[in-house]
Amino acid sequence: MIGEKPRGLRAHLPVIYPALMLGIFFVVPFGTMVAVSFFHRQPGAFYLPGFELGNYRALYTALFGRVLVFSLFLAGLSAAVCVSLGFPFTYFITRMQRRAQVVWLVILLSVLSLSEVIIGFARSLLLSRTAGLSNLLVWLGLMDQPASWSPGFMALLLGICYLAFPYTVLVLYPPLSRLDPARPEAALTLGASPLRTFFTVVVGSLRNAIVAAFVMVFVFTLGAYLLPQLLGRPQHWTLSVLITDQAIYQSNMPLSAAMAIFFMAVSLLLVALTMYAGQEKRAAGP
Amino acid sequence: MSGLLFQNIEKKFGSVVAAREVNLHLPHGKFVCFLGPSGCGKTTLLRLVAGLETPSQGRILLDDEDITRTPAHKRNFGMVFQSLALFPHLSVGENVAYSLRIRKIDKATQRQRIAELLDLVQLSGLVDRHISQLSGGQRQRVAIARALAIEPRLFLLDEPLSALDAKLREEMQLELRMLQQRLGITTILVTHDQREAMTMSDLVVVMGPDNRVHQIGSPLEIYRNPSDTFVADFIGTSNLIECTCTGAKEVQVGDTLLEVAEMPAGVSRGTPVILSVRPESIHVLPFIEKGKNRFHGRVAFVRDVGSSVEIYLDCDGLPLTSQSTPKGRPDVAQGDDATAVLPPESCIVLKS
Repeated sequence: MIGEKPRGLRAHLPVIYPALMLGIFFVVPFGTMVAVSFFHRQPGAFYLPGFELGNYRALYTALFGRVLVFSLFLAGLSAAVCVSLGFPFTYFITRMQRRAQVVWLVILLSVLSLSEVIIGFARSLLLSRTAGLSNLLVWLGLMDQPASWSPGFMALLLGICYLAFPYTVLVLYPPLSRLDPARPEAALTLGASPLRTFFTVVVGSLRNAIVAAFVMVFVFTLGAYLLPQLLGRPQHWTLSVLITDQAIYQSNMPLSAAMAIFFMAVSLLLVALTMYAGQEKRAAGP
Repeated sequence: MSGLLFQNIEKKFGSVVAAREVNLHLPHGKFVCFLGPSGCGKTTLLRLVAGLETPSQGRILLDDEDITRTPAHKRNFGMVFQSLALFPHLSVGENVAYSLRIRKIDKATQRQRIAELLDLVQLSGLVDRHISQLSGGQRQRVAIARALAIEPRLFLLDEPLSALDAKLREEMQLELRMLQQRLGITTILVTHDQREAMTMSDLVVVMGPDNRVHQIGSPLEIYRNPSDTFVADFIGTSNLIECTCTGAKEVQVGDTLLEVAEMPAGVSRGTPVILSVRPESIHVLPFIEKGKNRFHGRVAFVRDVGSSVEIYLDCDGLPLTSQSTPKGRPDVAQGDDATAVLPPESCIVLKS
């Protein structure tokens, strides 16, 4: 079968079901959104079919630009934090004994079972002035009086990273566990200190995995909708919040569709650039 | 004492002992092989030398300097790993120059050294290639060049040839041996292939499944005078015959009396011992001949592979294997009666 094009209805049968589902639940809604982004808004009602670029022109506002940049910045920073913490963390896990590795992976997976809402509320409680961690620090004598850390940018970043960290580890785990342990050892025998070995050999030879993890967390965080509202101040709201606001509360479907399409295009462009940059000095082969 | 010295080394992983009571002296400039079956601790011993493991007990000295606790990256040893462990994100030249770059050697010297090393391993012109574009043999040479870049005090090789096909492996064995002789560098090779050990080394260290060193000596010495039954059986093939000591230079197997070269110390009349005879020392006569050091039996099987002939004899339940050259091939066929002659000088008695 491999390398041969399937012929006839029978050969295509296995892919019909997924193709159908993909069509119904992805292509059609996405197509609808693209179409709506060119439709005419009818104030007080829904929209009228048509073709106009006004919705895209309306994006050219300071607010949209600021929120777009902030969303991309937040996603990029979260991805950077997650990968720079997740990579060494995963490396140390993969060097552990099998039993210990399983324990760590189970802990990480159990974090995934928590809903975003629970994480959001737990974080806001944990960082609040009245019942939060700062009370503990006051009790320990490290602080003079309790402080409010939520809502705020750090609280938001913390929440998003907490959510994305398990995914980062799961993406990095397979390539890191496949890393030949002799490779860092070889660097040691060649005179590189353990730290230098880690950066020149472990990080160096797993560049592709790092880029993949970065892109994954970046895309994952771009859609953040709930946490910015729970843990951030209004200036920390992401584009998803703005889009929902337009679509649901302002009933401006065409504008929100245009926002979403534009946001997606910019994100795809950035992802493509990242991949390209990561591949430039790419190691051919394993 | 100059050279590498192991003093009462023991290495445990949890409750598993990987090497015990190792006392060795490896002189300068020699090619040494750690030989043994898998799991005998030979790789562990090499990793102890490299500093990738620390011994649970004992000391390692290099030219009277205690290196037991020196970290691997401060030892200046070159090591070639079984998996080669080349850096896939670097080119051939960058791989070779890795240790030079770590030591901040200037670019011009680096380039010159890379050229020298690639010339040494016959890879000139491949400086900018990627590792994935190289064949198995070429990767091997890159790993060797990389390990030699800093002119290491010791050159360590952990079964580096095991992944190569038989023909290439034999070529590389000769090449490595010649390279070592040219550079005069003390080299330790870990292998489970006794042929490889015989081909390459000045000194063979035989390790057994009990994780101890069984014998140290030149390849021929170990082959001719194995210290115990494990060595006799592991190095080449041996006919190992259970027998009883009956005199100063005599043993008895069933009704047959055999004169032997020497009796090991501490063996007295009546002690059960093992007689070891190499197949190529046994002569087969195509008729029955009476006398000392002779067994009578039937030819069970003849294996003629062209370059050598092996004859399997069944002497009343005692299996014997004889090996000869095609020229000296005795005129026997399967089922014939024959006599096996075991010359006294090649009958080695081992304690059982």
